Amino acid sequence: MIAIIDYGVGNLRSVEKGFAYVGVTAKVTGDPSVIDAADAIVLPGVGAFESGMRHFEPLRKAVLGRVDAGVPLLGVCLGMQMLYEESEENGLHKGLGLVKGRITRFSNGLKVPHMGWNSLDIKKQHPLLDGIKNNSFVYFVHSYKAPAGENTVASAEYGGEFTAVVSGDRPNVVGTQFHPEKSGDTGLRMLKNFSDCIKR
Amino acid sequence: MLTKRVIPCLDVVLGEGGGCVVKGVEFVNLKNAGDPVELAKRYNEQGADELVFLDITASHEGRRTMIDVIERTADEVFIPMTVGGGIKTIEGIRSILRAGADKITVNTTAVKDPSFIKESSDIFGSQCIVTAIDCRSNTNIGDPNAVNIIKNKFGKPAWYEVVIYGGRTPTGIDAIEWAKKVEELGSGEIMLTSMDADGTKDGYDLPITKAISKAVRIPIIASGGAGNIEHMYEAFAEADADAALAASIFHFGEYTIGQAKEYLRSKGVPVRL
Repeated sequence: MIAIIDYGVGNLRSVEKGFAYVGVTAKVTGDPSVIDAADAIVLPGVGAFESGMRHFEPLRKAVLGRVDAGVPLLGVCLGMQMLYEESEENGLHKGLGLVKGRITRFSNGLKVPHMGWNSLDIKKQHPLLDGIKNNSFVYFVHSYKAPAGENTVASAEYGGEFTAVVSGDRPNVVGTQFHPEKSGDTGLRMLKNFSDCIKR
Repeated sequence: MLTKRVIPCLDVVLGEGGGCVVKGVEFVNLKNAGDPVELAKRYNEQGADELVFLDITASHEGRRTMIDVIERTADEVFIPMTVGGGIKTIEGIRSILRAGADKITVNTTAVKDPSFIKESSDIFGSQCIVTAIDCRSNTNIGDPNAVNIIKNKFGKPAWYEVVIYGGRTPTGIDAIEWAKKVEELGSGEIMLTSMDADGTKDGYDLPITKAISKAVRIPIIASGGAGNIEHMYEAFAEADADAALAASIFHFGEYTIGQAKEYLRSKGVPVRL
């Protein structure tokens, strides 16, 4: 079972329905005992970094315990940003530190949020992207971004390159800045790929 | 590269027997042409970038069936969905998002109580709150409410006045100033409809679309007036819109979304194909 972490507001149903559509059982939960039994974890996220981290705090131990045990973790949008060390959103706030780097705001007079379908520049192979062609389109909505770097699996371009898919320092941690559950067939394939990472 | 979005709009009305239908649909080769879920699936298959559902009955029963429509669509369609029409409360937003929508639009409620934009974007995030701005050009440029004078789509000097209740009620608010205000209050996007263009099939109102796109740094959805795909091209190329919304040209099967996007790409507009 995949646990979709419920830590406040956000459209979590779509993630659950996306997994259901590809034939995988996923459950929205805020219950540490359910998380303890999960085969994989999705950290979704809509909203601001600081409030996201604050609402996540009571579940932190349960989630990180599973990650230490090698269970796959997928962070989506704000959930991906929370994997990083810190974010500049509304002051400097600490993240989970599973990925090195700092989240910063889009600048240079760009329209913000960066909203819509943008193409992926795939930098390296990753099980999450199995069968996904380079330059595939995925749906983004965000005002802050992760820098492109060594841990970037795929990047996108909006006034400069930023990270669209990141792999953590541990191989079982991965994150997407875009919403796979809103990215049509491309995104559904990624949800399926993620579920295939579960050790059987 | 970030692409320009093509968005079909489904005007959902309460049909006989409590079901919902989409107004003005004359699709050939589609069973249950008026069923919003069937249409949503069809447009998704054609490559729509998002879907907008407007509850044009906006009654209590209408909204309940709209929630059902969103839930059923979200089971099968995995692209962003926006819902609007008669949303007045935080709880109303919550129930629509919970059904599987990603964004909501507010219009009259926001004009009457601008703090609703701030309150709702603080709770749900800016990306969730689309302000729908309806306006009409007013050639009385001596009006004390007139702040920004531009040439309207008929080439006459005018200011654009925000209108509410489906265009029936002028408000005395300058549309460009209102756009800046809704950005400041936390709205993540603007859906702009000019009553000078809406329903004409004569093209979007390019002057006001361009002026508002320049005045704010949030995305603008051009709405109202599309009669062909050339009009969509104009909205992107001449008015700097980020997305173009259309209803009848798709509902009547004049063009598929794919055909519209092929055309846009051939003219150099970046689109997802």
